[in-house]
Amino acid sequence: MPDSASTSAMPKHEEAVRFLADVPREPGVPKPDPILVADGVHRNFGGLTAVDVKHVEIQRGSITALVGPNGAGKTTFFNLLTGFDTPDSGSWLFNGKDIAGVPSYRVARMGMVRTFQLTKALSKMTVIDNMRLGGTNQVGERMLQAILGLWRGQEKTITAKADELLSRFKLFEKREDFAGSLSGGQRKLLEMARALMTDPTMVMLDEPMAGVNPALTQSLLEHIKGLREDGMTVLFVEHDMDVVRDISDWVIVMAQGQVIAEGPPDEVMRNEAVISAYLGGHHDKALTDTGVSFTQESSDS
Amino acid sequence: MDWGYIFAVMVTSAFGLQAIVFGLAAIGINVQFGYTGLLNFGQAAFMAVGGYAVAVTVVELGLSFWWGVLFGLIGAVLLALLLGVPTLRLRADYLAIVTIAAAEIIRLILRSVAFKEIFGGSDGKQAFADGFFELSFLSADADLRIGPAVVNDRQLFTYIVGWSLVALACLVVWLLVRSPWGRVVKGIREDEDAVRSLGKNVFVYKMQALVLGGIFGALAGFVTAVGAQNVNPDSFKTDATFFAYAILILGGAARVFGPVLGTVIFWALFQGTDVFLREGIDAGLPIISLMDGTQAAVLRVMLVGLGLMLLMIYRPQGILGDRRELALDAR
Repeated sequence: MPDSASTSAMPKHEEAVRFLADVPREPGVPKPDPILVADGVHRNFGGLTAVDVKHVEIQRGSITALVGPNGAGKTTFFNLLTGFDTPDSGSWLFNGKDIAGVPSYRVARMGMVRTFQLTKALSKMTVIDNMRLGGTNQVGERMLQAILGLWRGQEKTITAKADELLSRFKLFEKREDFAGSLSGGQRKLLEMARALMTDPTMVMLDEPMAGVNPALTQSLLEHIKGLREDGMTVLFVEHDMDVVRDISDWVIVMAQGQVIAEGPPDEVMRNEAVISAYLGGHHDKALTDTGVSFTQESSDS
Repeated sequence: MDWGYIFAVMVTSAFGLQAIVFGLAAIGINVQFGYTGLLNFGQAAFMAVGGYAVAVTVVELGLSFWWGVLFGLIGAVLLALLLGVPTLRLRADYLAIVTIAAAEIIRLILRSVAFKEIFGGSDGKQAFADGFFELSFLSADADLRIGPAVVNDRQLFTYIVGWSLVALACLVVWLLVRSPWGRVVKGIREDEDAVRSLGKNVFVYKMQALVLGGIFGALAGFVTAVGAQNVNPDSFKTDATFFAYAILILGGAARVFGPVLGTVIFWALFQGTDVFLREGIDAGLPIISLMDGTQAAVLRVMLVGLGLMLLMIYRPQGILGDRRELALDAR
């Protein structure tokens, strides 16, 4: 199990690329098999338009990157989609179900689970308890059943599943440590592993690489690719263009709240609109060639 | 100086009525604040609801004591819902503001002239506890003597019932906090968005914690009502809430036995310093005898305050707390 992530045969990757090959490279383009379809999502913060997405679709089983300069509204869009923020208007379908206005915990139960830009590993809990918390439909989370102790059987199943994920994410030795004693990168890994405890169909990662030691970056990338191999859809916000190019099948570029470009990573990075959105000028080089790095900002609207 | 007497007072206070009442109230706050991170500053209101429910049911409605207990529990649940529904979706400080205000409103209604017929105004209510003492299995001469201190049979019965309630409350808390339910509320205490992102309905858990803590508060109200055979609006001042907080922090928040240990030590010291100073004045001890009795009563509150400050400086996690948990906060 531990190395399943690095089996880079990538049938799913090729599948996703093939599906997306004929999709026109334009903002808001329809996809062959979308898992998420958003329409007219609008969010104002006191006069400032943070998000104004007219139409966007996410291909099932793909890794889609959501990129854009600071303040482009990526994280706000994430918050809206996952129910952590309420839009002024807009609707979106997840797996064909309208989930606009559905509270965040129900969105998670429906299979769309997210992580956070500022990692939310629960530091006063042990690593294994963080993992167990992710388990779904736990009888012991209901008060009466908790008092009567009717949860022990299920707890064993959940713990076994948690241990399996911990070994896959190379955190098994840290099992009994407080999550607060982990490094930044390990916390990202823990958060991702914990999200997987909910058996999601779609994983939303908000800057999975922010603040991660370069030595861990590669293994994190392999884990994200592993999610796709396991049949999940991944949507992630990222600033590091090399990371985006390495793992994503499709890239959606946001600027000033709007989707300005879409396409496979290599093509998007050569897109005029994208380059000028990032650099604000008429630079004719592809983003990764300029030597400019779009990494690690501490906050993003 | 009668050291035997001082010691006897300390022992009877450590296990007496006040210790039970504030122990129960602190157990409730432990569920809310200690484990779930809810700042309920209105625990006194839950105690008042319990105490007055018994008194009014027996005296005004003429029903039995047990109906009073039932109404008190229902009242505590309703109060928790009333306070929780508008505030628990908001930031933690809103609950604190609403609960402290609600507790004062309830106390002022209880002592108001307009409702004097029902609640007895500032005199409170008396003569409702007979139904409780009829259950006593102790004979009338079953007095307990601890040195010079005497605990009569009614007091003894109240203590036995009271400590049984404390034990029961601890058992419930212990069963809950080691279960997945406890894991969820501890997660909420630290970061409710993280818990939400994993598909847990945070609002429901906070409400459950608020209700459960409120029920323990109502139990404290029952015990103080029957133990003192009197309910009085001024025993449910904001001070009562903060005594319970002091006890919880002294013993160690988020520890099952934290409130119990806290209440025993707190009352032993609180009453112990009082008799010590009084005895000291009578015996003409140097320095102490410069004061009179009234001044000594104030000084002991200062000493308790000093003690709590020293505790916060040198052992902020309380006696039973885990220092590592606090240390992790700083990261």
